[in-house]
Amino acid sequence: MAMNVETLMFYLLSAMAVLAALQVITSRNPVHAALFLVLTFFSMAGVWLLLEAEFLALALILVYVGAVMVLFLFVVMMLDINLERLRVGFWKWFPFAAVLAVVLLVEMVMVLGSAKTAGTGMTGGTGAHVITHAANYSNTKELGRLIYTEYVYAFELAAVLLLVAIIAAIALTHRHRAGTKSQVHAAQIQVKRNDRVRLVSVTSVAKAETAKK
Amino acid sequence: MEAQVIQFFQWFWNLFGLWDLVWSFVAPAWPLIWTLVKIIAIVAPLMIGVAYFTYAERKILAYMQVRVGPNRVGYYGLLQPIADGIKLMFKELIVPIRSNKFLFAISPVIVLAPALAAWSVVPFSNGMVLANINAGLLFILSMTSIGVYGVIIAGWASNSKYAFLGAMRSAAQMVSYELPMGFALVCVLLAAQSMNLTDIVNGQQTNAGLFGWYFVPLFPMFIVYFIAGVAETNRAPFDVAEGESEIVAGFHVEYSGMGFALFFLGEYANMILIGGLTTLFFLGGWLNPFHGWGVIGVYTDMVPGLIWMLGKMFFILFMFLWFRATFPRYRYDQLMRLGWKILIPFTLIWVVVVAAWMQTPYWVWSSVQG
Repeated sequence: MAMNVETLMFYLLSAMAVLAALQVITSRNPVHAALFLVLTFFSMAGVWLLLEAEFLALALILVYVGAVMVLFLFVVMMLDINLERLRVGFWKWFPFAAVLAVVLLVEMVMVLGSAKTAGTGMTGGTGAHVITHAANYSNTKELGRLIYTEYVYAFELAAVLLLVAIIAAIALTHRHRAGTKSQVHAAQIQVKRNDRVRLVSVTSVAKAETAKK
Repeated sequence: MEAQVIQFFQWFWNLFGLWDLVWSFVAPAWPLIWTLVKIIAIVAPLMIGVAYFTYAERKILAYMQVRVGPNRVGYYGLLQPIADGIKLMFKELIVPIRSNKFLFAISPVIVLAPALAAWSVVPFSNGMVLANINAGLLFILSMTSIGVYGVIIAGWASNSKYAFLGAMRSAAQMVSYELPMGFALVCVLLAAQSMNLTDIVNGQQTNAGLFGWYFVPLFPMFIVYFIAGVAETNRAPFDVAEGESEIVAGFHVEYSGMGFALFFLGEYANMILIGGLTTLFFLGGWLNPFHGWGVIGVYTDMVPGLIWMLGKMFFILFMFLWFRATFPRYRYDQLMRLGWKILIPFTLIWVVVVAAWMQTPYWVWSSVQG
């Protein structure tokens, strides 16, 4: 296999992704773990760019790095995590976690090793199935066309699922609590002078004194 | 341009009869060298632009407040930004105790780097662009969304309550205003039917001159994009992330010397970027505002596109400074209300309006790709 720039970039980016992903689960500080997750997303976006999936790569950065992980960090930074307490019960739950890990691993191998997956599987795959396109080929347009024609039901279903999740999240947090104060902007804007200020006619001291004399 | 440069070096080295030898070394790396030259041609003027934008800010704010502004260093204070730069370079770098040293050092870089990277897809004139990529608009959006990490990490790594409060505020603010900004740009890409920035500008080319630009059909989106742009760059009246009177200087309160200077550079480079993007998306980029207006159009068409582009950018940047001199700072809850309850629903509705409008014969803007 010729070692061209793209191959070099691929190995560089995937090595970075794997190392960063390892750091996500091994670093002690949760903020560091979140930042390593950001690095993983970045490396994966790079790999997707090499596959000419520029829309997905940029959407990954825009949505996951630019919005989701920011909010994640937002929450993680405000937590006061006691590392000692986190480690309690590690060995108690270890067998369960190990079984889960093995199941996940077997699943992954089965998916990646099957003949249906792109490439020729784990035995001597060259990844040559990636079709290269001309420079003016718009990945975005092609993706849009597919989503709104062939996969329209799946796409709409995902959209409805997200909508339900949004409504559920709002409904869970937006309970009316007694004793909270909030502004009513319409009332504030419509306030008139007479609601706030009262003009009182007060006789001045000088006048009152001259009147006394 | 590239051919002329090669020709010049060929002429130069042929004076010594060494061209073939030199070229045999240079040829393999030439595309890389040429790209580097183009990057320098973008970044160097940008850095000078940033320096003099700070000068312009101080001068314009001063005149708006009936003061004189910097006038000691050089004629009319013209060397003031250079003096400031030298001062910042020689200042001591102070790293707070119990701060996270690595993240503390790297966060100014994270602010500045995406602000510079986004310039790679910005066309300055027809064909004058470093990377003319198809998903240019998406690239810009994703690059500008990374900058917030520098702010958050700086606030967290400083181990200071003011810095942390500033970082939290700015994270919430930048995430909220990215949404209306994105929806405003969805309208633009609907109108242009392309995410390529050069195509977006060319889609605004009509015989009506400036009335053919996208700020006419998408006027509300132009306003929303500009408001969101001011908020994204943490500028007054949306500068709650810095808020001098409340949290000292916000996320960069612990930075001194060049660390502070990099934040400063990043903020101003982002402002110039927003100015450039507003120009490209809504104000016709490098197009002549009088194109097709009879005799005026014919004469003004001779002005190079770069001049128009820069002129429009200056106008937008002047607006930034004008806002700062005019408006008081938004309160934090008002800021969130404006973003979530006004701008986002409004832009969502407008996306539908534009999409419906494009299906009717009243949409007169032809698309580039047909």
